[in-house]
Amino acid sequence: MDALEAKVIRKTRLVTAVSEIFRNGLIYGGGAVVIIHCDEDDRMVWIDCRDTGPGIVDMELALSDGYTSGGGLGRGLGGAKRLSDEFEIVSEPGVGTQVRLAGRA
Amino acid sequence: MAQAAGLFMVDEIMLVAIDEDINDSDIVALQDRLSEEVYANDAQGIVIDISALEIVDTFVGRIIAQLAGIGILLDAPTYLVGMRPAVAMTLVELGMTLPSVKTARNLQHAVTRLRAAR
Amino acid sequence: MPVRHIHVILDNERASLLRAWGSTQAEEGLIRKDLFSEREARSQIEMLYDALTKGVSASIESDALDPEADCWDDLRAALAEVTRERTKRGVSTGEMAAFVLALKYPLFERLGATVDDTNGGVLIEAINQFTRLIDAVSLYTTELCISERDKTIKRQQDEMMELASPVVELWDRIIAVPLVGTLDSMRAQEVMENTLSAIVDKKADIVIIDITGVVTVDTQVAQHLIRTAAAVRLMGGEAIISGISPRIAQTMVQLGVDTGEIRTRSSLRMALADAFRTLETDVVIRTAK
Repeated sequence: MDALEAKVIRKTRLVTAVSEIFRNGLIYGGGAVVIIHCDEDDRMVWIDCRDTGPGIVDMELALSDGYTSGGGLGRGLGGAKRLSDEFEIVSEPGVGTQVRLAGRA
Repeated sequence: MAQAAGLFMVDEIMLVAIDEDINDSDIVALQDRLSEEVYANDAQGIVIDISALEIVDTFVGRIIAQLAGIGILLDAPTYLVGMRPAVAMTLVELGMTLPSVKTARNLQHAVTRLRAAR
Repeated sequence: MPVRHIHVILDNERASLLRAWGSTQAEEGLIRKDLFSEREARSQIEMLYDALTKGVSASIESDALDPEADCWDDLRAALAEVTRERTKRGVSTGEMAAFVLALKYPLFERLGATVDDTNGGVLIEAINQFTRLIDAVSLYTTELCISERDKTIKRQQDEMMELASPVVELWDRIIAVPLVGTLDSMRAQEVMENTLSAIVDKKADIVIIDITGVVTVDTQVAQHLIRTAAAVRLMGGEAIISGISPRIAQTMVQLGVDTGEIRTRSSLRMALADAFRTLETDVVIRTAK
């Protein structure tokens, strides 16, 4: 994002969103793999985060503010979605969860 | 103990300066250290300076709220100072407005208010 | 062969074609005397004409007028210049396209008069080729106009964005953000950014957000105001929202907006008085007798 000369606020938003998602992957997914891709033409930074944890059964519930299954505040997933310009989450119970999000620079 | 945060006692007020590169375990350890120190030194107030932090996510936000909670229980009102604009915006969007935490623009203001309240 | 014919006419008939091109435009009202002088118009036409002739001359060998070829670079550059110049003066996209197309008919007339009738195939081919070229050029002009316009719109948007959310230093440690017009998500974001960085720059303790000039307050706008106030507080400042009209107060209550702990005042004046009180600033106004 520095290469794209992004504004501080854009960087902060995206890094915070990634932090939320990665932490979810660590705590609930038992570890996560993150891939970062920078699209210079579109000035977008894409982040792909996947884990092989238990997955999410009720997605709508998980995305709603205030829901937590792990003793947190329950704002992580919904908050990360609000902070991203693109957000996509796919989860299969028993297989794992994959989150793809992007922020405009 | 990693020096990821500095604790200083100044005139009965405990100053906590959080470092830029503090990690999750450091910040959890800080809870222990702070409560011990506040209790041992009989601190009359706590000021937490987070001006070094570029990112505060819900985890760190929750710890900060808990630090303030501990302060209240130990009868040491706690002020949070130095939050960056981008961090404030992001936290609000995450829905973390930290309603129970007192805030001040800088250390000076926080100390003045703590003194005034005493 | 067809391209050579076109070139011969462009070359030999330069003076008369230029005149004809110019007069077609005059007839169709395409020469905007109100916007630029005849001399300017003539020199622009000549520049385009010569660039066109150069491209056609370079195409004689291949005997095809390929609009994508490099030999039109000069023409493209000339067009870009003329288009920029004219759009700036308010010539419309349609007028620019018509201006380019207006060269066709004078040229066709001369082609018809010069090329031997028995060579009907050549004449048709020449007209075909030239039409294709001019149509492509005209389309290119249209694109130029549009991109020129887009740039203007973008610039104006940026300017409006800045105009619409100024941050004013009212007093030591007191800043005001007068909001005017409608507050969409993007602007609300911008307002919040400007406000928060002004707290740092101006060392402000109190931020007065004045919504006197805001047309309507819906749930979203109210949410934005509440969020801004919350962010101001996180930074250690205090937000006061002023200028809530009776109508907006009613709407907010009906929407069930919970302004919670946010201080609200009916006018900027009241908010300022309140700010002075908070900062324990005494303001004495002396009137000379």
